[in-house]
Amino acid sequence: MKRLIASLCLIAGTLLGGAAHAAGAQVHLDTWPEARGRDLASLQNGARTFVNYCMGCHSASLMRWNRLNAIGLDDRQIRDFLIFGEQKVGDPMTIAMRPADAKAWFGKMPPDMSVIARARTSFDFKGTDYLYTLLRGYYRDATSPTGWNNVAYPNIGMPHILWERQGPREATIERIVHDAGGKGMVREVAVYDAAGRATVTRTAVPGHAAEGASYSFKPADPALARQYDSDVADLVAFLTFMTDPSATTRVRIGVWVLLFLAFFTVVAWWLNREYWKDVK
Amino acid sequence: MPLHKTEYKGVLGWIDQRMPSAMIEYRKHLSEYYAPKNFNFWYFFGSLAIVVLAIQITTGIFLTMHYKPDARFAFESVEYIMRDVPGGWFIRYMHSTGASFFFIVVYLHMFRALLYGSYRTPREMVWIFGCLIFLCLMGEAFFGYLLPWGQMSYWGAQVIVNLFSAIPVIGPDLSVLIRGDYVVSDATLNRFFAFHVIAIPLVLVGLVAAHILALHDVGSNNPDGIEIKEKLDPATGKPLDGIPFHPYYTVHDIMGLGVFLIVFFSVVFFMPEMGGYFLEWNNFIPADPLQTPPHIAPVWYFTPYYSILRATTEPFMLALAAGLAVYALLLFFALRSRLARFAVLGAAAVVIVLMIGGPLKLDPKLWGVVLMGASVLIFIALPWLDQSPAKSMRYRPAWHFWLLIGFVVVFLVLGYFGTQPPSPVNERVSQIGTLLYFAFFLLMPWWSRMGEFKPVPSRVTFAAH
Repeated sequence: MKRLIASLCLIAGTLLGGAAHAAGAQVHLDTWPEARGRDLASLQNGARTFVNYCMGCHSASLMRWNRLNAIGLDDRQIRDFLIFGEQKVGDPMTIAMRPADAKAWFGKMPPDMSVIARARTSFDFKGTDYLYTLLRGYYRDATSPTGWNNVAYPNIGMPHILWERQGPREATIERIVHDAGGKGMVREVAVYDAAGRATVTRTAVPGHAAEGASYSFKPADPALARQYDSDVADLVAFLTFMTDPSATTRVRIGVWVLLFLAFFTVVAWWLNREYWKDVK
Repeated sequence: MPLHKTEYKGVLGWIDQRMPSAMIEYRKHLSEYYAPKNFNFWYFFGSLAIVVLAIQITTGIFLTMHYKPDARFAFESVEYIMRDVPGGWFIRYMHSTGASFFFIVVYLHMFRALLYGSYRTPREMVWIFGCLIFLCLMGEAFFGYLLPWGQMSYWGAQVIVNLFSAIPVIGPDLSVLIRGDYVVSDATLNRFFAFHVIAIPLVLVGLVAAHILALHDVGSNNPDGIEIKEKLDPATGKPLDGIPFHPYYTVHDIMGLGVFLIVFFSVVFFMPEMGGYFLEWNNFIPADPLQTPPHIAPVWYFTPYYSILRATTEPFMLALAAGLAVYALLLFFALRSRLARFAVLGAAAVVIVLMIGGPLKLDPKLWGVVLMGASVLIFIALPWLDQSPAKSMRYRPAWHFWLLIGFVVVFLVLGYFGTQPPSPVNERVSQIGTLLYFAFFLLMPWWSRMGEFKPVPSRVTFAAH
């Protein structure tokens, strides 16, 4: 019994400790507005951003262009507004960059985006929230090779392709970390100006403090930054659509299937009752 | 040759004249198979397991038409099935959901057997066939999981096949033989595909037939654990507490099927990933032999056994050896034959030396593999481990029931920790869980006889509807 209690305590401890650890390791992720995923105008705007900006480097090769019919675009619109090269509407959404070149230029091939929103999900957070935070989490950092850094993915290899759409911002990154020399904790506040020059201040934190990080941004043009947030929400909606293009159809059919099964079960229950009246 | 004399008319009569066995088997297995009339909720899961098997085979056939068992195309072909094959997403989600539901249904079916002593005499053969079906199911799930060729598919297979390399002498060569290569590769994918779509399903279907034939020979058990064949109607010679399977249990099972399908299709249509448990998130990343994922865990239905595997570390060997020594002493005093007594002590001594005996000891990893295998195979021994005078929990001491619930809790806790990344706490909980898991089975010959048993009635408990 003692062992049982001890193991139950251990289990409870792990669950609580695990949750705290997961929260400490990751910055807080902003919640992606899910309603965008059900809005055709948002999905189409996301498709536009994806084709214009992301598809320079990222393919979505598991999608055919004409799968975009599902977000309310007809073949002519897809051909006229979205396909830039010689591709046909039945072709997969591939890009011209060769993997060997990509490896030489970036160190690795930028990943395919077809199922990225699903692949980035984990037991700790949703892939959509991660992408929504990542794409809005860039700040100028003069010390990084590309001149960009990211709060959700420190030292990210991908530069801020959409920077013009967001406008310059000042970033404040606050970290609570172990003191390099001593045993205490230090609060490290780094303020990056719009050109990526950092001003860092360190203050000792008294007592016990959990490791963690938080951040805030001060955009030069708040209206532009707000519009950018909205465009990124649409882009994430489109990325989510691509992971499972049948999702809307699936849910629509599912409702009818369950209604039928409910009816079927009622009939089966009645049939069963009638037969079992004989059993004494 | 004259035609067989028939009592049937029309088409049935025509068939019966030419193939009398059709109607003989129909009567034997359906219209005149007498099943106890007091079946409860737990008795739905046998027929539901057959339904899930049918779903898996049917959807599997359609998936095979479009899937490419080639390391270059496998991942893409699955996603093309989801996008470009009409209704492909439906077929694929039914198959992936069906895999998990197969285990849910079979685990509930097995729990029923533990609850009512369904493996006891004369149903040992039914039980053994059932355990073999469970083994096939695990093989089927393991081989099938490689086919989508995602990161978890790849590294899960890598981890499990590597376990075989822990076997002394032949291990390394054996694991190469299984993979067909030095790492999991296209060759592995092809042979796993062959096992998944033809080899194991053939055996599985044969075993299911044997399971049902053996069951229909001895008759079904029931929640009271009473043999209904012992009380026959003197006029008809049929069991007094039995009713024909068809139509009574066919309509009954159809009703259960309706409820099951509501649950099943709720998952298929509204949450096919089931929060990352039925379709793991990492498996949406294509297999990359050069990048090991930070945390590799099998799908949920394997995690209790995986926990037992991971629990078996160097410091745990001492606890295991001590447990084995105590158990050998217990057997020594329990056994009557002098030869058996000393054989047990000798065997235990050899195993303990191999566990902790300095230069002679074997790798703890190997013992982990042995324990993982034993944790599955030990179910086969249940008919002989359970010595309770009453089959059903209804007439056994209440604490027997709570012990069974405790075992289920241990199984679930092991399962939960099997999904989590390794940590010191995880290791300790898994070790305690492993000891409790085996103690439940190995001490059963003693505890199943202890306590106050209630008198078992001669007729089943049943209130007319």
